[in-house]
Amino acid sequence: MRIKCPYCGERDAREFSYRGAAGLQRPDPDAPGAQEAFVDYVYLRDNPAGWHAELWYHRDGCRAWLVVERDTRTHEMRSAAFACPLPQDAE
Amino acid sequence: MRYSLFSLVGQALSGNRGWTRAWRHAAPKPRYDVVIVGGGGHGLATAYYLAQEHGITDVAVVEKGYLGSGNVGRNTTIVRSNYLLPGNIPFYEWSMKLWEGLEQALNFNTMVSQRGVLNLFHSDAQRNAFARRGNAMRLHGVDAELLDRKQVRAMVPFADYENARFPILGGLLQRRGGTVRHDAVAWGYARAADAQGVDIIENCEVTGIRIVGGRTQGVETTRGFIGADKVALACAGNTSRVAAMAGLRLPIESHVMQAFVSEGLKPLVDNVVTFGAGHFYVSQSDKGGLVFGGDIDGYNSYAQRGNLPVVEDVVEGALALFPNLGRLRILRNWGGIVDMSMDGSPIIDKTPVDGLYLNGAWNYGGFKATPASGWCFAHLIATDAPHEVAAAYRLDRFARGALIDERGAGAQPNLH
Repeated sequence: MRIKCPYCGERDAREFSYRGAAGLQRPDPDAPGAQEAFVDYVYLRDNPAGWHAELWYHRDGCRAWLVVERDTRTHEMRSAAFACPLPQDAE
Repeated sequence: MRYSLFSLVGQALSGNRGWTRAWRHAAPKPRYDVVIVGGGGHGLATAYYLAQEHGITDVAVVEKGYLGSGNVGRNTTIVRSNYLLPGNIPFYEWSMKLWEGLEQALNFNTMVSQRGVLNLFHSDAQRNAFARRGNAMRLHGVDAELLDRKQVRAMVPFADYENARFPILGGLLQRRGGTVRHDAVAWGYARAADAQGVDIIENCEVTGIRIVGGRTQGVETTRGFIGADKVALACAGNTSRVAAMAGLRLPIESHVMQAFVSEGLKPLVDNVVTFGAGHFYVSQSDKGGLVFGGDIDGYNSYAQRGNLPVVEDVVEGALALFPNLGRLRILRNWGGIVDMSMDGSPIIDKTPVDGLYLNGAWNYGGFKATPASGWCFAHLIATDAPHEVAAAYRLDRFARGALIDERGAGAQPNLH
């Protein structure tokens, strides 16, 4: 499996560490129903058979966190992007 | 027909023409008391114990492929009960006891071989951890022995005792652990359940779960609707997908786990041996092939095949422990989909939907649990109360903070 890192180019998946599903939003601890929302956030997953947006960390490369879209049935990847936008260069 | 020495001799003398099918090829009836989704080891064991222990025989097991095509035929056949935590030990020990009497109970040769499971340790800290585990097991009445280097050497003389980086200091031995022929477990349970009147319906995939007013009505399948008072999910590897048909979202990630078989050898490995400094475990089949495995691949997968980095990792572990395997050729390797839960322990519980029961999240250790899983799931379905040895495997334990985390890795499934 190879991942197209937007900074380093296509690299072996061994350079990356896997974190799990992307797009989980940490709930506001002060909001009503925060306890249930945290159970959801920490433990529950969609776990689809098919396209899955997931976090990979380029541990042995640029050390950026990436969001990769991968098909969990075939390991085909259709996109890999920085999880956080890069700070814009100063003018 | 009952299998015995006499039936064997009788068949041998009559040219083996009289053997009958081990189970019927049942067609689905419109309605059952209980429909079990998943004809793997756990589903078939559940059907057998529902009939045998609770007298519930109006049961169907629906399987999307053929019996034994999933994880029951993809594991490394190891059985053991060397757990640490109070929520786990009684359950796995009950499973071990059921393994010990399984062949007599099922009248089927499942090749239960209590050859001993030896976990090697390679540092003082690991010795302490294993001593603690062994003590926890003994406090629960499970057999455990802490061996020193000399005793290990007498048992496993061919390991590398000169390894400076990972010296073998000793091992934790469970003599009652061992291996069981995994296909025969599926066949044995299927045959015994069928004999009690359970319908085993192969090539019948569940495509939906019909729920009316919060109450389960039955399952939609590729062979039509099958009504049921109770629907029981025993489909580890696909638990999230099937549970999603009932609108449930579970604390599970599905991962792929690989296993390997080598070419046949003369008898070499008498026990199940695990390497403590990497992730590698091995036993030798009766045909002579070494059966071994290691870590999960580490990312969500439904592919039933793994990637090469884990192959390399497993082989490195093998050669660090047994350099004499260096020229051994691997005959085949394969992957199975394991439902990893957020604490590394399984779930046997009712769901928020009336009449829908869940058995799953067996992580990488479902095979050894097969008999007790079936026993406890049948108890839950029949009585609507959890069995005492599986009382900790509740679905709501994550919300309650009552996790059973043997590895202490937290809510990160690929670290369990």
